[in-house]
Amino acid sequence: MFVANPYPAEVNTALSDFLLRMADTSLVLGHRLSEWCGHGPILEQDIALSNLALDLIGQARNWYQLAAVQLGQGQSEDDLAYLRDADQYRNVLLVELPNGDFGQTVLRQFFFDAFHYHFLKALTDSGDENVANIAVKSLKEASYHLKWSSEWVIRLGDGTEESHHRMEKALHELWEFTGELTTPNATDHLLCIMGLTPDLGLIRPLWEQEVQNVLAEATLDVPKRSWMQKGGKNGVHTEHLGYLLAEMQFLQRAYPNCEW
Amino acid sequence: MQNNHHIWQILESVHDPEIPVLSVVDLGVVRSITQGESSVEIQITPTYSGCPAMDTIALDIKLAMEQAGYPSVKVNLVLQPAWTTDWLSEAGKQKLLAYGIAPPVEPLNSTKALFGAEPIVSCPQCGSQQTTMLSRFGSTACKALYRCEECLEPFDYFKCLR
Repeated sequence: MFVANPYPAEVNTALSDFLLRMADTSLVLGHRLSEWCGHGPILEQDIALSNLALDLIGQARNWYQLAAVQLGQGQSEDDLAYLRDADQYRNVLLVELPNGDFGQTVLRQFFFDAFHYHFLKALTDSGDENVANIAVKSLKEASYHLKWSSEWVIRLGDGTEESHHRMEKALHELWEFTGELTTPNATDHLLCIMGLTPDLGLIRPLWEQEVQNVLAEATLDVPKRSWMQKGGKNGVHTEHLGYLLAEMQFLQRAYPNCEW
Repeated sequence: MQNNHHIWQILESVHDPEIPVLSVVDLGVVRSITQGESSVEIQITPTYSGCPAMDTIALDIKLAMEQAGYPSVKVNLVLQPAWTTDWLSEAGKQKLLAYGIAPPVEPLNSTKALFGAEPIVSCPQCGSQQTTMLSRFGSTACKALYRCEECLEPFDYFKCLR
């Protein structure tokens, strides 16, 4: 579907790293959301979580297909998704964390959507046409995701004593994993200079504003702690990713190139 | 350049597997048709990134074309210009309504939408405007779940994608 645009080797390596990050992040989050299928608190939200997963996995396919073409080593989207190990995965840590309860899943989703929406919106101006096209496509779905997750954070945060308490617990669990979303690494610096990806420094205030608005309405206080976890973008992951990949990649690992 | 009229007619017979009343032409996913001497290339664009029907649609187009005497057909997916519900034909919207799925409502023409509220969706069964959104995500990626407060029937709404 894509024809790779030519870049100098260093830029192409950075761009491929970025494409894998977008793909891995969407796929891993899609996988976590799919774990809810059949376990949702009520039917409508069970379907909603699976719909979010479907959109994200669809977007991951686009990013993987472009990454495969940009890497130029004859790999397929399936090779990239199923035959790379945890240390080769580039997803942000936030998405690989376990789901926890429905409140934690919704809050994680909101923290991600608030980033994904504003980042994709800026990415539609990317200097690379393929990247911009995928961003335009994904943005339409990301806006629905953000609407859904913000509504639920407010509904649970400003809900019963129990739901408020669970949201506070989730907030303390997840907060230190949110900074990485808008923390640039070497890949981001180079691609930003080349005009291929937006400056994360400009995305962070947008994310913070979105979070402040929704948490305020949800009667939840923004934690003061500023120390943030990071590493996922450089292949350094939590203990959770290995187990996730073991389950997700099992079939292709046990029966390479199998089709069903 | 042979006119593509015949090919557009063949494509009218290829339907969305999820919504059988809609042809791929009604759905607006066919972007372009280019005819070479011995081959035909059809460009289609996905409705939703994760929509599983797209693979089936690409296959069905190839089959329909081969059966109609076009041996070598290439169907490829393009992302740009991205599909929106504006690409749905009027005929397609009527077919949705007749089938019991509420067609997308343009958010522009309802004053409530000015204040960020959801546009008013009428019930495809009884036409009432007293309807409530049960969930923004319905049985497929492209549909939301609504309920009519008058005839109390649940129904799918083909949600507006901009």
